[in-house]
Amino acid sequence: MEPKNNRSKFMIDAKNLTTRKLNEKVRKAVRDGNKQIAIHNVMGQRYIAAGIQGLIEIDITGIPGNDLGVFMDGPKVVVHGNGQDVIGNTMNAGEIIIHGDVGDITGMSARGGKIYIQGNAGYRTGVHLKEYHGLRPIIVIGGTAQDFLGEYMAGGLILMLGLNLSDGIHNADYVGTGMHGGTIILRGDVRGMGREVEVHQLDQEDNRLVEQAVLEYSKHFGCRADEVLGSKFKKLIPISTRPYGNLYSY
Amino acid sequence: MKDLAQQLEHSPLRSAERRNNPYRDDKVIDACSIFGMMDQNRRLFTGNDIIEASANMNERVNGLGSGYAIYGLYPKNRKNYALHIMYDDKEALKWGSKYIGSNFEVIYDEEIPMDNLDKSKQLPIMWRYFTNIDVDHLNRMEKEDYMVKKCLEINTSGRGAYVFSSGKNMGVFKGVGWPREIAKIFRLEDYKGYLWLSHSRFPTNSPAWWGGAHPFAYLDSTVVHNGEISSYGANRRFLEMLGYRCTFQTDTEIFALALDYLLRKQHMPIEIVAKIFAPQRWNDIEKMPTNEKNLLRRLRITYGNLLMNGPFSIIFANHGLMVGLADRIKLRPLTAARKKDLFFLSSEEAAIRKICPEIDEVTHPQGGRPVVARCNEGIAS
Repeated sequence: MEPKNNRSKFMIDAKNLTTRKLNEKVRKAVRDGNKQIAIHNVMGQRYIAAGIQGLIEIDITGIPGNDLGVFMDGPKVVVHGNGQDVIGNTMNAGEIIIHGDVGDITGMSARGGKIYIQGNAGYRTGVHLKEYHGLRPIIVIGGTAQDFLGEYMAGGLILMLGLNLSDGIHNADYVGTGMHGGTIILRGDVRGMGREVEVHQLDQEDNRLVEQAVLEYSKHFGCRADEVLGSKFKKLIPISTRPYGNLYSY
Repeated sequence: MKDLAQQLEHSPLRSAERRNNPYRDDKVIDACSIFGMMDQNRRLFTGNDIIEASANMNERVNGLGSGYAIYGLYPKNRKNYALHIMYDDKEALKWGSKYIGSNFEVIYDEEIPMDNLDKSKQLPIMWRYFTNIDVDHLNRMEKEDYMVKKCLEINTSGRGAYVFSSGKNMGVFKGVGWPREIAKIFRLEDYKGYLWLSHSRFPTNSPAWWGGAHPFAYLDSTVVHNGEISSYGANRRFLEMLGYRCTFQTDTEIFALALDYLLRKQHMPIEIVAKIFAPQRWNDIEKMPTNEKNLLRRLRITYGNLLMNGPFSIIFANHGLMVGLADRIKLRPLTAARKKDLFFLSSEEAAIRKICPEIDEVTHPQGGRPVVARCNEGIAS
């Protein structure tokens, strides 16, 4: 965007590179002290930004493979294109911003950081999302998601905006199945929910979080933030923090 | 510790792992890859693109099995059943050729052209026969039954002969190797088709051998599969009661046999077959309108033994038809895409974009809902 920035960016052409070769290049660039890295022609290479620590910006053009940002601790990853499966797997801190749709199990077991998805997400988004002390992950889905959103969720926040829905109903069933921590906030209704969750009104703190997240979404992708914020939200939280306590103990 | 590691490295037990994992990482995380590509106007194309797409997913697999199915392959012999048979040795070839000759009218037969890339290893013997069933009084269904019966007889003969393709104007090529390797061995650049399936394998709980590679085919139906069938035992017993036999030591052949039974023998539409393989849960069925509820109940009761339990995504093909299906809770990936008349199914979107960067439409199908594409028709899902 800004040519001045581009000049200082470390460029990597991923064309015909294997997963291993590409990641070696990325890691070397980080070791060499580059703070801004741009990768072009990405075509399914996995594990990009895996385990990388620190305030580094990675700009990806193309379609990154599975496990983008796995175990990542701090970087900001921007993808210009769709993502695949397991984005942000067990990430600790940082941001992943996807200008497109993503596949299944986005944010699996993440325990910190932010994932912003412009469009739709696949199955099991935010499965076993957790939180720990000050770390609280957040996943924002601009469109809609498929079944098992927030499955076995243990912490953190999932916000689903449904911006591309005409009838306001997300075609997602079993939302929050096995959930025992954290919060799911929805704009619109879902087709079905797990029996471990119940619907609540948003409180003041929730409203503050939603406003913050929607403004940030709007900053990344552009949307009528005031219009979105003016609509009705509801939140799903677990009935119990230990739903299977009776199943496994005696 | 180091001594122990070195010892293990040279043990024959680890030889497979050295191939699987040349970098000696601690853990290999893999899965199969599946890919399908169809020209809905039946224009023929070469395999270059699908080989490229399949190889783009090499990260998923470990080189222990790849295969291709090609439709529109033998236009000159389109009316003959093309039998592809793999043999253990020359003796098996002699037995097999005699058996084919005495059960079919053989129009033409030849060795399948193969290039041995690694001279230190021996390739299995592969032969193809273009045949007719010269029994006048049989109708089409009976002829097809006869063909399936003969394939199973050969595969269970214990002679080291395996029919792995038996349709008309189509063929399967498969073996142990990476996608590019297998394509080179079989000289796939020489072939053209309007519908190609490919598979690359990460064997989980069955041996990696030439017959165990995908696709699996009976008559014109082929199937490639990513996942595993936990209900294999129940499915197998059910199919064996109907006269089928499992002969390739791999769970996926269950799909091929079940599809032969349900689609060809029972004349079921593929949408109903999907409801048998991946039915809704009972409590979801109870919520449905009466007609649908009754149908789904009856299907689950009658064909409960063909429910494919476990994580899977499959691509199934027949002449003019390509179908993608994932298990009902979508535990394996599946992406569908379209570019004008070209229709794609793949484990990963990147593989599609590799060969067709500007796709018109990409979808992630719902579990248990088949994505059906037919020639000269749109996609109905």
